[in-house]
Amino acid sequence: MASHERPLSPHIQIYRWQISMALSILHRVTGVGLGLGTLLMAYWLIALAAGPVAFADAQALSGSWIGRLVLLGFTFALCFHFLNGIRHLFWDIGQGFEISTMRTSGWMVIVTSIAGTIAIWIAGYAARGSL
Amino acid sequence: MSMQTPLGKVRGLGSAKEGAHHWWHQRLTALALLPLTAWFVISMITLMPADYAAAQDWLGSPIVAGLMLLLIFALFYHLKLGLQVVVEDYVHTPWLKTSTLIVLMFASILLGLASVLSVLLVAFGV
Repeated sequence: MASHERPLSPHIQIYRWQISMALSILHRVTGVGLGLGTLLMAYWLIALAAGPVAFADAQALSGSWIGRLVLLGFTFALCFHFLNGIRHLFWDIGQGFEISTMRTSGWMVIVTSIAGTIAIWIAGYAARGSL
Repeated sequence: MSMQTPLGKVRGLGSAKEGAHHWWHQRLTALALLPLTAWFVISMITLMPADYAAAQDWLGSPIVAGLMLLLIFALFYHLKLGLQVVVEDYVHTPWLKTSTLIVLMFASILLGLASVLSVLLVAFGV
């Protein structure tokens, strides 16, 4: 019978890192991160409903350097989870399973999520007129 | 020799013990979140310079409030389904798994409800 001590696959200490497993893990990590990020969205909405003082506090917090750092990470997590999620939806309809296609789509997701993060922040600063 | 069918042998062996509707709802909410989050991010970019009055104006529009409610529902449902799988995969102590799932369920409902009430308060100008 199966023993409880047997290693699970992929056993990440001995398994060679590959783009498929790295992106799968990153999809989960960004999902959990975005889950924490919903606290920020809820806080922002509550502050907007609570009144001008609470809203000014929320805006000041998100505009501080730590707020911007968190929002930058949040933007990347959202871009990645969004784009890699589309990749997952294609797999769900049975498309893109060839190893070469899977690697190409994985790299496309990495490049486009970094590009998307940069584009969103440039657009954000441009909208503020500070660019 | 076992008289069980192959399906009967494997049924219930996954970490969640059941799953098709969970899987399907996770995909449905994912699909809904594609346009909704894209809209939300674009709105946040254009709202960057906004002050309190402008943000109130924005959320006061019925279309914006409606889209926000759709976003909140799809987002917190998708979040609950996703985090549930993570907990089921990595938390193996039965009592801890159950309590974490309970906290997760209650927390998503509370956060979702707080967000919905905030949108409604602004939308109806209370």
